[in-house]
Amino acid sequence: MKLLNWLNWLRKPKVKTGIGNYTSIVPDNIWIKCESCQTLIYYHDLRENLKVCTHCNYHHRLTAPELLLQICDSGTFKEEDADLTSRDILKFKDTQSYAVKIKEAKKKTGFSEAVITGLGQIGSYRVGLAVMDFNFLGGSMGSVVGEKLVRIIYKTMKENLPLIVICASGGARMQEGVLSLFQMAKINYALNDFSSKSLLYISVLTNPTTGGVTASFAYAADIILAEEGALIGFAGPRVIEQTTKLKLPEGFQRANFLLNRGMIDRVVNRKLLKATLTNILEFNHGR
Amino acid sequence: MEDKLTFEIPLLEMEEKIRLLVEKEGETKNSAKLTLLLKKKEEEIYQNLSPWQVVQLARYQGRPRSLDYINIIFENFLELHGDRRFGDDPSIVGGLAFFNKHTVMVIAQQKGRGVDDNLFRRFGMPYPEGYRKAQRLMKLAEKMKIPLITLVDTPGAYPGIESEERGQAEAISLSISLMLGLKIPTISVVIGEGGSGGALALASADKILMLKYSIFSVISPEGCAAILWKDEKYAEKAAGELKLTARDLLNLKIIDGIIEEPLRGAHYHPEQAARNISESLSHHLNLLRNLPLDTLIQLRKEKYLKIGKL
Repeated sequence: MKLLNWLNWLRKPKVKTGIGNYTSIVPDNIWIKCESCQTLIYYHDLRENLKVCTHCNYHHRLTAPELLLQICDSGTFKEEDADLTSRDILKFKDTQSYAVKIKEAKKKTGFSEAVITGLGQIGSYRVGLAVMDFNFLGGSMGSVVGEKLVRIIYKTMKENLPLIVICASGGARMQEGVLSLFQMAKINYALNDFSSKSLLYISVLTNPTTGGVTASFAYAADIILAEEGALIGFAGPRVIEQTTKLKLPEGFQRANFLLNRGMIDRVVNRKLLKATLTNILEFNHGR
Repeated sequence: MEDKLTFEIPLLEMEEKIRLLVEKEGETKNSAKLTLLLKKKEEEIYQNLSPWQVVQLARYQGRPRSLDYINIIFENFLELHGDRRFGDDPSIVGGLAFFNKHTVMVIAQQKGRGVDDNLFRRFGMPYPEGYRKAQRLMKLAEKMKIPLITLVDTPGAYPGIESEERGQAEAISLSISLMLGLKIPTISVVIGEGGSGGALALASADKILMLKYSIFSVISPEGCAAILWKDEKYAEKAAGELKLTARDLLNLKIIDGIIEEPLRGAHYHPEQAARNISESLSHHLNLLRNLPLDTLIQLRKEKYLKIGKL
């Protein structure tokens, strides 16, 4: 195939899988390699299977809109604070300035921050929702991620609804320094208020959930679910290896490892996530 | 572990010269002159410390440790041990003490001095059971209706296999939540290193104070450089970008005050540093004690919910 033809072919048959203003622009009729078992899969099949590999069950990373589409009842999600966006308060510059990095992340993902928040329905139960997206600067938590979470926590509280937060994050955002670090306290403060109203908070830890996000709202939940195979931890595996000079055990910091050590409630296959959440919401409703 | 205050070298050389002069010739005009020059040089260096130099001071091995301060500032400190679940972590110490004749709860991160002590204290890097001991003592303070005072000095929570197995993230998260919900006045003093979530777990207080040459950072400058510059050699640069000095944190409206240190750092005059901490604690504790509980809680809420709204 000539390059031009290939480009046209790539351009034409696009499937719009979208929620709200967000649409996925991945062409449907290509073959892609599973990131884990390397098997070639027709993208259409992978997508139909919620991006879980049909051969090895590997859970490929989802964008926040894709995840919302999977768990929310069709057309029920209404986003809040979509326009809140980060500023380069510290004028942070490494090999590139933070201001530029924000701009590029926005362009790449099509949304304004590493978390999308709003109200929606799951299994016909209304809930407050926050879904993080690893594609936006590694799902890192800066002041705006903190602010959006706090706002949705109080909004959900005002409406007397349960709260569901889907985590995917490398931790606090370095480019906002201690301001990022203290978002942990800010969010946990709001969750204390939320909890005092006897409202239910469920967190879902997806691949990866590490650092300051794990050590704050991810683990402040009443019920903690984890996606199959997800890496979950406080310190990253590389840091632990460097510090301890020990070889890490097989499956270390993966969802099942944490389940076996009593750190989470359930490991859930993505295909059962909506059903599991609905189930918990039924129990919450029946009290 | 790097432990040289390289920027002190000119001062140390001058001191050596003065010592030799005095030794050889007794008190002379020359030595007096040099002493004056030394004073000037000291001020010049210490008024223009770079963020990286402050990092070096904050981590300096000779810097007073929590227990050094506790023994000077408080009376009859009675250490209480163990988390009642797994063990007793020596990198966090806590217990009852008197401060200005009133009972208080003190919880602190304790670094060691020398190799053996440092290994025993795990260089001030707590395990989950350390944080769970802290949680137990926080609850005891609330029950006894006494103020909580914490001293923060840690490179970070210990990154080990067992830490993860025993729930480091959960331990830190719960410490933060618990501390923020206490119905008693709480004050934290960062005396050296405020390393990331492991420090925040003991620093989520009504008033956060920092010694002049202490730091508080989301990640170590070395860690930050390794990730963003792909090279640890940029740690010095990262230290500047991260805005981790006491002055930076005051400007960012995260902390409530800076506690002066003796010239050339707390280790030059630990008693003076301790007195400064004590005075600042007295001042802030008096303010907090006089607040009705709901005002205290309301102020805490405002303090935390506004962080990052600059």
